[in-house]
Amino acid sequence: MTDHAINAPTKGRDLRSLIYDPKVRSIFFQIATAVILTFFVLEIYHNVTTNLQQSNTASGYAFLNSRAGFDIGQSLIAYTSDSTYGRAIIVGLLNTLMIAFCGIITATILGFLVGLGRLSKNWLIAKLCTVYVEVFRNIPPLLVIFFWYSGVLSTLPQPRDAIQIPGSIFLSNRGLTFPKPIWGDGSGLILIGLAAAIVAAFAISRWAKARQMATGKQFPVGWTTLGLLIGLPLIGFLAAGAPLTFDIPVEGRFNLSGGAVVAPEFVALYLALSFYTASFIAEIIRAGIRSVSKGQSEAAFALGLQPSHTTRLVVVPQAMRIIIPPLTSQYLNLTKNSSLGIAIGFPDLVSTGGTTLNQTGQAVEVVAIWLVVYLSISIATSLFMNWFNAKMALVER
Amino acid sequence: MATRKITFVRDSMLPPQPAPQASGNSAAWVRANLLATPKDVVMTLLALALLAYMLPGMINWLFIEASWFGSDRSVCATIAQGGIQPNGWHGACWAFVEDRFAQFVFGRYPLEERWRVLLTLALFVALLIPVLMPKAPRKGLNALLLFVVFPVVAFFLLHGGFGLSEVETPLWGGLMVTLILSFVGIAVSLPLGILLALGRRSKMPVIKTICVVFIEVIRGVPLITVLFMANVMLPLFLPTGWTIDNFLRALVGVALFASAYMAEVIRGGLQAIPKGQTEGAESLGLSYWQTIRLIILPQAIKLVIPGIVNTFIGLFKDTSLVSIIGMFDLLGIVQLNFRDSAWIAPAVPITGLVFAGFMFWIFCFGMSRYSAFMERHLDTGHKR
Repeated sequence: MTDHAINAPTKGRDLRSLIYDPKVRSIFFQIATAVILTFFVLEIYHNVTTNLQQSNTASGYAFLNSRAGFDIGQSLIAYTSDSTYGRAIIVGLLNTLMIAFCGIITATILGFLVGLGRLSKNWLIAKLCTVYVEVFRNIPPLLVIFFWYSGVLSTLPQPRDAIQIPGSIFLSNRGLTFPKPIWGDGSGLILIGLAAAIVAAFAISRWAKARQMATGKQFPVGWTTLGLLIGLPLIGFLAAGAPLTFDIPVEGRFNLSGGAVVAPEFVALYLALSFYTASFIAEIIRAGIRSVSKGQSEAAFALGLQPSHTTRLVVVPQAMRIIIPPLTSQYLNLTKNSSLGIAIGFPDLVSTGGTTLNQTGQAVEVVAIWLVVYLSISIATSLFMNWFNAKMALVER
Repeated sequence: MATRKITFVRDSMLPPQPAPQASGNSAAWVRANLLATPKDVVMTLLALALLAYMLPGMINWLFIEASWFGSDRSVCATIAQGGIQPNGWHGACWAFVEDRFAQFVFGRYPLEERWRVLLTLALFVALLIPVLMPKAPRKGLNALLLFVVFPVVAFFLLHGGFGLSEVETPLWGGLMVTLILSFVGIAVSLPLGILLALGRRSKMPVIKTICVVFIEVIRGVPLITVLFMANVMLPLFLPTGWTIDNFLRALVGVALFASAYMAEVIRGGLQAIPKGQTEGAESLGLSYWQTIRLIILPQAIKLVIPGIVNTFIGLFKDTSLVSIIGMFDLLGIVQLNFRDSAWIAPAVPITGLVFAGFMFWIFCFGMSRYSAFMERHLDTGHKR
């Protein structure tokens, strides 16, 4: 009894126990941090406004509506130097998205092949893939871009001596020129056919799954889907009377005329990003597949599954759980690395934004646009990948 | 139910099989590793065809036809291009690298002052090697010298002061800039990354929010926008009249960028340490910082050494981006030189890029090998 009485906390806390109270301390530290941070932000705000006033720069986004006055080499939407800054930035954004999309597809395919190659029992293939990974992982992406741009593509011949590839495709230091498809009337039918094929493929896969659950009979879903995806648009194409003509590039005296051109900047950036990122993806794939224990495939074989089924139904779904999170961050890295195109003049978001910044001096606004766009891309990708990851995750009790 | 009739029971020994073909000789190795299945045969042939297609050309370009000596573009250009090589010549231009090697290392650092850079480098190597060797004694003192004393000494040696003439940062360049940026980036990002990671796991909402926002914003944008921000926005943030050195702006950008990535790597390590470790330390009466310093961090960092070194490698490669904002690191100075009219020839840019790539590759590959070595060395049996 008395012991407790001695150690019982006294009602009125003295200052000393207040200092050592973790709650009080935590509140104190947070308030101190908040105060210091607010002070800094206010100071920076004050400095920015004074600096901008001194250099006579108007703030706000009104500049987006004024005439840009610079040309952009490659654009997915109509753009001339008379267009607005806002449109220039949208052109840049679309170019960023396009190169990221193309790069991600190639890098994934190449990365899968190299990653599987490194796991191959064939010594030569495994070593070649190892050399590929170790070379490209340890070189700056910017250098790979320059290698393709200054080292390879700019040493190609002039347009008049362009290398001709069968099918009226020309390769020169002005880029890759190829026949441009021109879609005539009734091309909409092709799109309708494609949409119908996608819907039908989904329906068939659901039906096949239900039937397999009920009866155990399998249905060749993959081949059917492939047939639908090719067949229905083809029927639409023929039904509309084959409304497709080509604008074929012609070799002139000095230059190539007609056709569609892919600029060398795009090709260099696309190849560099694909090759560079593929080396990282290869390592992710390898680690993922090696993380599936050998007992899993042995058990699958013991149950009588064929090797292809073992890979598809047992190994890959488990490896995917390990693979998806780092794969997401590689996709994001590729998207962010596409901003390096500015070094060779590829008009991506950072490049067109940078020109805008130089011409108007609207540093704060342009940087804010960059931040918002890249953060949105990052967040959108992570949300999608988190959803995908949750779908693939191990379902436990 | 009668017992089923057993139809066959072996009652005599089988004749012995011949011993498997010697598994140690090279023919068996080739059969097992290159020609195991028909698919393997095809793959091996394809790979050999690829090698036969690429290797001779590469060796020829790199060594045999390469032009090794000379002081201007004529040795690397064909007669048609105004040089001395026969038409159709196709080789590397190592003469260019040899001629400009000093610039690739020092940039435009004054000739008579270059001993200062070499001295700094010697100091750095002398301090770094004992830190990297696991068995070398007095790690703490050594790390203190390398990360606290050395930067101060190096600053005065490189920039000037105490009787040494001043060398402005715009004159710095080449490999020297790449190494300085990487070293400062590493030295700043590791402690800052640890603080950010601890902040992100903190129970105080204000501190946690600040750390999360910082980390996610920096990780969400490309380095080049961070460098642009440092380049364009930093002067705006300062009071009117203050200027900030271009080199310092790039340093701030690179260091902040690397810190955010480092924070996420460290956080991974912190999350892997069981809660019992913290609780045990607290029950022994250790304070928060003692717990972190003595119990948590030594275990957490050991777990994520590969990730930390990967971040270092990424940082080293990323320093090449400063060439976009007008500084001349190794890649920037190589590019500057192959645009020089004295060396304009088709073979020069690719030679310069191959050289720069090789330099970057050596450093990055060395770091990754060292990380693998440390991983084995520190593997004290926690991993399964």
